[in-house]
Amino acid sequence: MTIHLSILLFFPLVLATLGALLPRALAPGALLVGALVALAYSVLLLFDFQGGAAGLQYVTDDSWIEELGVRYSLGVDGLNLWLVALTTLLFAASALWIWVRPPVTERTSSAATGERTKLFAFHLGLAETAVLGALLAQDLILFVLFFDLMLVPFYFLVGQWGTGDRTAATFKLVVYTLVGSLLMLAAAVATGITAGAGPDGATSFSMAELASAPLGESEQRWIFAAFALAFLIKMPAFPFHGWMPDGYRSMPLPALAVFSGVLSKVGAYGFLRVVLPTFPDAAQDFQTVILLLALASILYGSAQAFTQTNMRLILGYSSVAQLGFITLGIFALGEAAGAQGALLQMVNHGLVVAPLFFIIALLLERTGSEDIRDMGGVAFRAPVLSSLFLIVAFATLAMPGSANFAGEFLILIGLFNTKLAIAVIAFTGVAMASVYMLRAYIRAMHNRVGAGVKSFDINVRDGLVLVPLVLVIIAFAVYPQQALDHSEPTVEKVVGGPQAVAGVTP
Amino acid sequence: MNVSGPHIDWMAISPLVALVGGACVVLLAGLVRAPFVRRTLVPLLTLAALGATAGLAIATWGDNVSVISDAMAMDDLTLFLCLVFVAAAACTVLLSWRAVAPREAGHGEYYSLLLTVVLGMVVLAGATNLVTIFIGYELLSVPLYVLCATEMRRATSLESGLKYLIIGSVGSATLLYGLAFVYGATGATNFGEIAAALDEVSTDVLLLTGLALVVTGLAFKASVAPFHQWTPDVYEGAPTAITAFMAVATKAAALGVMVRFFDVAVIGAWDSWAPAIAVLALVTIVVGNVGAIGQSSLKRLLAYSSVAQAGYMLAGVVVATQLGARAVVFYLAVYLFMNIAAFAVIVAREREAGVGDDISSLYGLGADRPLLAWPMTIAMLALAGFPATAGFFGKVYLIGATVDNGYAWLGVAIVVGSAISLAYYLRVVAAVWMRAPETRPAVGGGVPRPAIAGGSQEADASTVPAERPRIVQPEVVALAVVCAAATIFFGVYPEPLLDLAHDAGAVLTGLF
Repeated sequence: MTIHLSILLFFPLVLATLGALLPRALAPGALLVGALVALAYSVLLLFDFQGGAAGLQYVTDDSWIEELGVRYSLGVDGLNLWLVALTTLLFAASALWIWVRPPVTERTSSAATGERTKLFAFHLGLAETAVLGALLAQDLILFVLFFDLMLVPFYFLVGQWGTGDRTAATFKLVVYTLVGSLLMLAAAVATGITAGAGPDGATSFSMAELASAPLGESEQRWIFAAFALAFLIKMPAFPFHGWMPDGYRSMPLPALAVFSGVLSKVGAYGFLRVVLPTFPDAAQDFQTVILLLALASILYGSAQAFTQTNMRLILGYSSVAQLGFITLGIFALGEAAGAQGALLQMVNHGLVVAPLFFIIALLLERTGSEDIRDMGGVAFRAPVLSSLFLIVAFATLAMPGSANFAGEFLILIGLFNTKLAIAVIAFTGVAMASVYMLRAYIRAMHNRVGAGVKSFDINVRDGLVLVPLVLVIIAFAVYPQQALDHSEPTVEKVVGGPQAVAGVTP
Repeated sequence: MNVSGPHIDWMAISPLVALVGGACVVLLAGLVRAPFVRRTLVPLLTLAALGATAGLAIATWGDNVSVISDAMAMDDLTLFLCLVFVAAAACTVLLSWRAVAPREAGHGEYYSLLLTVVLGMVVLAGATNLVTIFIGYELLSVPLYVLCATEMRRATSLESGLKYLIIGSVGSATLLYGLAFVYGATGATNFGEIAAALDEVSTDVLLLTGLALVVTGLAFKASVAPFHQWTPDVYEGAPTAITAFMAVATKAAALGVMVRFFDVAVIGAWDSWAPAIAVLALVTIVVGNVGAIGQSSLKRLLAYSSVAQAGYMLAGVVVATQLGARAVVFYLAVYLFMNIAAFAVIVAREREAGVGDDISSLYGLGADRPLLAWPMTIAMLALAGFPATAGFFGKVYLIGATVDNGYAWLGVAIVVGSAISLAYYLRVVAAVWMRAPETRPAVGGGVPRPAIAGGSQEADASTVPAERPRIVQPEVVALAVVCAAATIFFGVYPEPLLDLAHDAGAVLTGLF
């Protein structure tokens, strides 16, 4: 069966643009249609995908800019299959959320609100296309293009619909992430030009060709550093997370759900897709540095997560810790289990963090605050909401039986075989996760009823968004093997690079 | 006595002839008293002359001939830049349509000077002889000094013209001095002969002094730091349409002649001049980007931004490869679109908002003027090098060129510069989308303007309107939209422009 990835890639953007041109009431509907079609497409991919193959499938490879050696090439393999599915799922949930409750800005008059909703939908559609593009791209320049493009819609989403100190938040968000991305752009161009990996030494940015013609070790080092910086900032990892608190505090929640759920994963995905195959020697050299940064992220993120009282920040810092785990798994180098676990964990984390942000929005309605000190006792009159919250919270803290447990377990296995000391310390992160998640759950749902709390259960509209997400979490917990089977051949190929190097230089 | 002049290939120089003829016709038509002729026919004639020039440039594309005893090369590089100049001038005509400047200075004179500037630019870009360089340089500069001062009732416009005249004269003198030194060292004025003579004298002190002075002279025109100090003041004071023209076309002309002079005539001394210009490029990138951060006047902000952009493009000159030359001309073309889009919005808001070119004139634009808000947004994102705009590939191309010939650090400098530039480009975007419009008291009060010597009666009769009616200016809005659309189009599909740039770069046969 032929599946055109370009349709999957551009459908959300086309419909969102269409929505911006149509009468205002139709814009969220158009966005929703685009997101649902993309979701259907990716589900189709999941079923149609040839599990045992390591190579790319559904390849689109056209000449785009011959002069520069840039090609428009897309493809799906075990690395991005599940992330694409996750992306379309979360964007569909977000689009549905906007459809049932259109976003409002705090300062615009009612006349302009309709216009604003159109723009919100447009930016979200653009974001979906950009994220999918970064995941599907098989050409380095195309990847960088989409990676940078991801930022643009979120700049506008925070700047126009954000709460609190929007200006500072947008400024930090953009400056931090673009400093990394721009260095990555220079590094990507340098890689293509110096490697000359195309036929007859022509400039080529094709990832497959670049992987087969690695650069010299000294060049790899600075290029690796530029890529790693861009990805670590995007994730974010300690100590490059400076934009995160302000950004998370003021981003509108439907946007934040996809931002935290998907965009952070693209950074981690970049390590697997670009860095490990293309710069294997440098990855080996910098392994310890990256592992220590990841460890610091786990410890710092967890410690912050159980001291913060703002729900958004608790989740934000818990993401820092979770992405630290993912990075550990990726840089277990030479251990397929670590990278497998990291991939699984990326999907898991996206699945749990998005509903949590929607739940924050619901809690805000009931308690008038996003601070857990003002909450409490919501569970009394909202049994369904609290059960959903509990399931998601358990999944987040990697309760045995959840897919997150399998993911973290694999990561730690991979790490045990290579760096025992780091694995032992990282174990504490698992314990700390249960502390901060349960603390957040108990303070919000149980305890004494807060002063401003008016609890009521969720209605059908909100359930429409939340229940499917929770069902997917449960389904994934029951049967994570499916994702692992799909990704195994590709992951083994990816970690093969550094493994070979490690074999040569003991 | 029978003096025989050089053979002249009239077809090859037909774009120049069209410009000269156009300038004369426009000047004469401006003498007619009828308002219709002056206000409508003269700009239309100017556009027609520019259109004819563009048409002839396209017709002679690919001929690649050297004309008038090798004084000029009418090759694809010249013609590519010619098209950039013509496009910039045409945009300037549209921006000047309802402007004060041509009314005060006289329509015929204003547009005729504009055509003369374009003529000078084409001569400069095509120069393959030291004497032609200087002729082109002066032909470009002198009318531009006057154009800067055409808003005669505004002191800052006069100041701008005067400042540009003084600084520009210093630049001319320096350039002339340098050209004389180069001639002294090599004994030739023709680029080909200079290149041939360079094998023996490539490290000669006389030659290197000459090169340093030439760089300085051209750096004044391209606003390369540290010779950029005039740029913000002149850009701010000049009529905005002229500022837009200077930002795009003057820069293109100066960089065009740099490409040809350094990459053809003195390529033999590359080891000597490349590191020096590389350092200049670095300084320019830093100074331009840091200087722009604190600006609240949009024209000053874009002036500093143009300094920084000149630094990026200089990197393409430094590497002295075909790739570098192609990257420069490609960047010049996309720079045209992004800059004109931004200036068109500034012009529109100057007339509507009544706070001049202050950044506050953009507040709330996103909510009520999407046709102006989007072009401004796209222009700023493109200048900053965001993907899906033409600026992204311009930067990719330039960085590729630097890495290719051992100047990777300059490529990193370009991206670091872009990172700094976000601080001010995004401030403009934030002003458009994230600020509520300000309510201001009405400005002016129906007072007659002061009469000035030499001013036209038409201009003296006008008064400052008491309240600002809703100004209809479809040509400015359309220009902004079209340029922004082109920025996006070439960001997604740059192939046509890259092909043209490829042809333009291919004429530099001495490079690899």
